[in-house]
Amino acid sequence: MTEPTAEVVLETRDLVKHFPLTRGVVFKRRVGAVQAVDHVNLQLHRGETLGVVGESGCGKSTLARLLVGLEQPTSGSILLHGRDTAKMSASQIRKARRDIQLVMQDPYTSLNPRMTVADIVGEPFAIHPEVLPAKRRRARVQELIELVGLNPDHINRYPHQFSGGQRQRIGIARALALNPKIILCDEPVSALDVSIQAQVINLLEELQDELGLSYLFIAHDLSVVRHIADRVAVMYLGKVVEIGTHEEIYDHPTHPYTQALLSAVPVPDPTLRGQRDEIVLEGDVPSPANPPSGCRFRTRCWKAEEICAEEEPPLVSRQQSAHPSACHFAEERDVIHAVG
Amino acid sequence: MTADVTLDVEGVADPSRTGPALEVTDLQVEFRTRAGLAHAVNGVTFHVDAGETLAILGESGCGKSVTAQAVMGILDSPPGFVTGGQIRYRGKDLLKMSEQQRRAVRANQIAMIFQDALSALNPVFTVGFQLAELFRKHRGMSRAEGRKRAVELLDLVRIPAARQRVRDFPHQFSGGMRQRVMIAMALALDPEVLIADEPTTALDVTVQAQIMSLLAELQRERQMGLILITHDMGVVADVADRISVMYAGRMVEQAPVHEVYARPSHPYTKALLESVPRLDQKGRQLSVIQGLPPTLTAIPPGCAFNPRCRYAREECRQPPVPPLYEVADRHASACHFWQEVRQDD
Repeated sequence: MTEPTAEVVLETRDLVKHFPLTRGVVFKRRVGAVQAVDHVNLQLHRGETLGVVGESGCGKSTLARLLVGLEQPTSGSILLHGRDTAKMSASQIRKARRDIQLVMQDPYTSLNPRMTVADIVGEPFAIHPEVLPAKRRRARVQELIELVGLNPDHINRYPHQFSGGQRQRIGIARALALNPKIILCDEPVSALDVSIQAQVINLLEELQDELGLSYLFIAHDLSVVRHIADRVAVMYLGKVVEIGTHEEIYDHPTHPYTQALLSAVPVPDPTLRGQRDEIVLEGDVPSPANPPSGCRFRTRCWKAEEICAEEEPPLVSRQQSAHPSACHFAEERDVIHAVG
Repeated sequence: MTADVTLDVEGVADPSRTGPALEVTDLQVEFRTRAGLAHAVNGVTFHVDAGETLAILGESGCGKSVTAQAVMGILDSPPGFVTGGQIRYRGKDLLKMSEQQRRAVRANQIAMIFQDALSALNPVFTVGFQLAELFRKHRGMSRAEGRKRAVELLDLVRIPAARQRVRDFPHQFSGGMRQRVMIAMALALDPEVLIADEPTTALDVTVQAQIMSLLAELQRERQMGLILITHDMGVVADVADRISVMYAGRMVEQAPVHEVYARPSHPYTKALLESVPRLDQKGRQLSVIQGLPPTLTAIPPGCAFNPRCRYAREECRQPPVPPLYEVADRHASACHFWQEVRQDD
């Protein structure tokens, strides 16, 4: 848990990523753009977990790729410890990247099948040799393996000799190798079985307490995010539509999309059947290549009026919403607890 | 035919119908692989009545999908073989039928929805053609008639502009729409039992809610018996009437849905319920099930769950496998110490 005054370790300012759509083979004409991430402002504080939730195609994975430098932003900036990464020199960026590491979704494809665990977890030291002298690396790898709850004797095994949950632990050990300050978790538990999910979630929480890490936790599973996150940002079609503490988002949601999303999550309690406020949205998420004008959610929203098509609602606190919510008609509605 | 079944107001199975629609008794399935004999299903018994929803709950590798494939008769064989048990549809044992007879039962009486609609549909034929094919093959209709029925079906599953969309190919539909096409296909010949194998696992939550409410509505209208195979404790709580929990190829607990959540009587069910994070609760430390599910080539003797169980004693590590004890009305648990499990809270 963090005090609101804790220093900001990672910040995005008006971050935009558009993927061009082209036509033609020789002369590639630009015919449009997929607006994957559109003017996103986020702040991650030291020791905090910021959850980012949204459905597939909302831009949450692109956001993670931008933050670790796997994609270059179209515009806007990323500030690491208050310094703009775009203005850093190559060597400064190299150094800065040690502080921000990624844990990927699929533990089956994100580990090289031809490398042993020792090689996989030790690879960050090969890329950043200045961190640790070669002699001490093996001991450090063993230490990391133990830290994530695996048997250090297994360091010469290959990924296929481990189960899904254990592989995800290997991925976490690799991310921790360079003593990062920030870990981006992109759907770290969604490929795992329920009984294994809890093990990995608990491990992430323990590591955070022990090492003072900040997490940006990207997931589509709102129950998992509620469990782990201190603050939550809800994304829809490349934009953040609502952001607040987990209480504000889960107990006092004000954006219609957040409300619909929350009400769609089944709760494992049959006594609540038919007792909850259920919102079933019509239709699918529109294409991010051609998002609706004004508010991007208006095509599926039951509150939409003319103004929603004309004017894009800014992400600000409003009279009816104590935390920032991008809706002209933001209004609190408790959708996860039983009514009456 | 199921169309003339009398419906009552509540959508509960008509009590005048005798016997369950589908009854599986002591089903055994094994896979003969190079790595050895894998016992995927070891004596599974369950039944589903008309108009009822039975959820089969379990983690990957517990044998729930294999059970469904055995019932449908679509098991990959080899390596998979049904080595024992009975699968009775309205009293007739499907396992004793010829392939031709089974084919008539499939789709007509028992139909199935798969998890991944994109790979379950044929990519080189239009959706309309694939739907019409069912009517042509099973009902002997003409192409034009079949096409007409296909449009009606797409309408039934609420695909907008059905008349135009029958001409589209599967890849032109979104994930949710494709799953609707799958449902349309399964319902085409008005089956009495529908098996849905993880129907919403690949979908987003808002789309999942649409599909589940559509399924529930169609089931109620047609008084189908629905077997919902899933690992999602939330979806089960929302739609199931009864639950069967599977672990390592066996049923470990069977009970009406409220009973399972209120008074789980098998340590595995109890641990599963405690390990899921909940939307309406925060801060509770998630309890963890230690270890891993067993590999099916080497299932531990006695109770298969014993290496991971906090109630396990010497008795659990020895054969025989604990039988399903009746712990309450219609509630069974395969644990020697179910009384202790029920008392703990």
